[in-house]
Amino acid sequence: MASTIETAYADEIATKKQEWVVNDFSIQVATVNGSGSQTSNTVLMRSIFQMGVPVSGKNLFPSNIAGLPTWFTIRASKHGWIARKKDIDFLVAMNPETAGEDVLGLEPGAVAVYEETLKLDQIRNDLIFYRVPFAKLSAEVTKEAKLKRLLANMIYVGVVAQLLSIEMEEVRKAISRQFKSKPKAADLNIKAAELGFEYAEKNLPKRDRFRVERMNKTAGKIIIDGNSAMALGCAFAGVTVVTWYPITPSSSLCETLTEYLAQYRTDKKTGKATYAVVQAEDELAAFGMVLGAGWAGARAMTSTSGPGISLMAEFAGLGYFAEIPGVVFDVQRVGPSTGLPTRTSQGDILSVAFLSHGDTKHIVLIPASVEECYQMAIDAFDLAERFQTPVFVCSDLDLGMNNWMADPFPYPDKPIDRGKVMTAEQLEKVGKFERYRDSDGDGIPYRTLPGTPHRLAAYFTRGSGHNEKSEYSERSEDYKNLVDRLSKKYETARKFVPAPVLSSNGSNCRLGIIAYGSSHWAVAESQAQLRAEHDIDTDYLRVRALPFNYDLKNFVRNHERVYIVEQNRDGQMASLIKLEAGGDTEKIRSVLHYTGIPIDARTVTEQILRQEREG
Amino acid sequence: MPTLEKDKPKTNRIGLPIADYKGAESTLCNGCGHDAISSQIIKAFYELGIEQHRVVKLSGIGCSSKSPAYFLGHAHGFNGVHGRMPSVATGVMLANQRLIALGVTGDGDTASIGIGQFVHLMRRNVPMVYVIENNGVYGLTKGQFSATSERGSKSKSGVANPLPAIDCCQMAIELGCSYVARSFAGDPKQLIALLKGALSHRGTALIDVISPCVTFNNHPDSTKSYDWAKEHEEPLHEIGFVPYFDQITVDYDEGTATDVTLHDGSRIRLKKLDRDHDPMSRTGAIRMLEEARANSEFLTGLIYIDPTSIDFVSLLNLVDEPLATLPLEKVRPPKDALDEIMQELR
Repeated sequence: MASTIETAYADEIATKKQEWVVNDFSIQVATVNGSGSQTSNTVLMRSIFQMGVPVSGKNLFPSNIAGLPTWFTIRASKHGWIARKKDIDFLVAMNPETAGEDVLGLEPGAVAVYEETLKLDQIRNDLIFYRVPFAKLSAEVTKEAKLKRLLANMIYVGVVAQLLSIEMEEVRKAISRQFKSKPKAADLNIKAAELGFEYAEKNLPKRDRFRVERMNKTAGKIIIDGNSAMALGCAFAGVTVVTWYPITPSSSLCETLTEYLAQYRTDKKTGKATYAVVQAEDELAAFGMVLGAGWAGARAMTSTSGPGISLMAEFAGLGYFAEIPGVVFDVQRVGPSTGLPTRTSQGDILSVAFLSHGDTKHIVLIPASVEECYQMAIDAFDLAERFQTPVFVCSDLDLGMNNWMADPFPYPDKPIDRGKVMTAEQLEKVGKFERYRDSDGDGIPYRTLPGTPHRLAAYFTRGSGHNEKSEYSERSEDYKNLVDRLSKKYETARKFVPAPVLSSNGSNCRLGIIAYGSSHWAVAESQAQLRAEHDIDTDYLRVRALPFNYDLKNFVRNHERVYIVEQNRDGQMASLIKLEAGGDTEKIRSVLHYTGIPIDARTVTEQILRQEREG
Repeated sequence: MPTLEKDKPKTNRIGLPIADYKGAESTLCNGCGHDAISSQIIKAFYELGIEQHRVVKLSGIGCSSKSPAYFLGHAHGFNGVHGRMPSVATGVMLANQRLIALGVTGDGDTASIGIGQFVHLMRRNVPMVYVIENNGVYGLTKGQFSATSERGSKSKSGVANPLPAIDCCQMAIELGCSYVARSFAGDPKQLIALLKGALSHRGTALIDVISPCVTFNNHPDSTKSYDWAKEHEEPLHEIGFVPYFDQITVDYDEGTATDVTLHDGSRIRLKKLDRDHDPMSRTGAIRMLEEARANSEFLTGLIYIDPTSIDFVSLLNLVDEPLATLPLEKVRPPKDALDEIMQELR
């Protein structure tokens, strides 16, 4: 009986071609972590990408090695929107544990592909269900229990491909790419995907409206995660000392970097390394090594996340006060404390901005895209050496661990900036060296590197009070002189850090939006929603660094209201902007999203509309 | 004032007088063992004729960690944060493996707040000399116990330390340190020999130097000196009070023991290792330390050495030139490397 109705419904849908939803939907695959689903998800995502359709992929995973629920969301968007889409259009329910909940979370009319034994069609009747005997099908490909589970995941790729009109040839290509070095595994997986495809062709008449059609919007593009992009930036920035302590979600940054360095930074003739990588005993040591190396002249970096940032606070102060370069990548996750280690957040901004005790403030770079992850990694080393201070680059789990589409990264067009370092020859010429003297009036003193063969080169670095000659001093004048100069140096940095990106809608725009980091994509899409659905124009300022390299006071003054969008509870950037903007703080409102799931456009739009209504 | 030829100072093999190896005036208490160690450091570098620009002095926080300012005034110095000198030193040596690193630390800096970093420095065998100026007490914060304080020793307020002392030398041997020695601040002859040996060793060279605190080292009988001071000084500022003592020196032969009376009247027994001690035997070294502990003696001398060990920097197989000064073309891969990576990501 059911099949007759299904067929009739499918015929009806098929005749209404105008109702197809083409290249504009989200797929969510619910699986168990450690089941190889990551590979299948990547294949599915790449297949769509290879058909020229803009995609983004987000992995929602537990802090666990195997056996807990995990979700992967793929968004196809002909408009190129790559933020998370709030609603799921197409669910693949592979995990018995969460299937019920997954199905209940869907909007009416959504699609659910599920393992037949789960009987999900009994839960709701307002969805379009496709029942697939995944377990039985994988038993046809292999008898091995473990392999069966892995292949079941590749079978769904075939099923989904067929249902969404993704070309099987693209799926094959994506699988071969994924198993580049293992042709046997590639064959087996292709077989599994084909099996799923054929099953769907024979048994699952199309009853939903979603489909993929070939476009030409991904030609020449790359897909990369933010951590890898940062790793590339470091490798091409000429990093020489890398230290790290494993922590989610930053581990893959240094792991990927280690691979790139081994491949591209080993002297071909001698087989010797032009870099050192150390897995430290903890984040304190990791940062200590960075500062030791930076002090001695290396381009040094470490990567971490919230708990590591907390541990680094003491050294951050030393680096700031003793003026030692170093780069710290903070791939933010949900805090406080251990928090949600595998969920995303922008909750470290405020603590990083002032990390350490006493009067401390840091240069912070905030990339929003994988391109900026790459570029800002390069910039960070130049800034650290130019300003002789730790520079923090704040990414987050969403940006760092998820896959993003991007244009290929450009080769750096500038030589590296090693800052004000005096050589023996220069010392000889000048005949004088005072480590902490502001001789150029920009707050940045000159330094020498240990090993410089000149009698004037040596100086004593310390985290305790010191005068311009780097002698120990507890004198009030010396202390004030020093911290005031550090402040001046920070002011100088304003002009050097990346300026915000303004997208203006002309002088009559009443509303301003300020956002940063990975929130950018939801904001850009929300702007389009506000315009299309509510005829509201907005100016948008995307902040990219601290200190602010922009007249924020003016931006606030020129708008009736300014919404600051961020992924934390307390409006951390809003606090910083209120400090900066001064008088007009009542105009500043917050749009906050702090669920651990990446922010989406709908949330931004709704929160802005609600606050506009409430006045 | 013109200098007569005969008054010209003696110079070392690179033509420098010993005065050139001095640092700023010490601000430590008069008679502090740490100053005696500084003197031997000055002498060792002078006698070895080491160019100071090749030297980095590193320290943490505490009385001991102040001392690098008081020697080798023409070497770069880095006085970091409490207990974290090992990581800074590791970073320095990675950046420039041609440098000679001398770390000076205390028992609080190493055995308490910095024990984690100490452990991993020893384990990595980072090429550096690591001197612990060990007085068993927190001086700068006015006399609290450290983790190397002997069990039963009494603090100024009369409280006995209930916990056993950490033996940094024994720990270091177990952790893989390749040069482990102990000495006494007042034994210049032994100390300079150990320092010179350490400077010629490639790998971590640990020297644990018993360095009496003239102000706060209060053992069971030590109230004597404190009381003495109380009776003789008026007015007494308990916190700031610093008695004057001469530095304690000893001179004794290998294989013998000597009792040393410290400033506070307490005594420690130093036992010099026999000439026939085989410092290449790890188990032998640990056994001797255990025996000395049982006899309440501090074993001094070169306790353990592994001249074949591979230091951490060598392990990383770095290019010969220091990483710190590699030119752009050595540290930035060419454009075709990026193109290749981009192609793979398409």
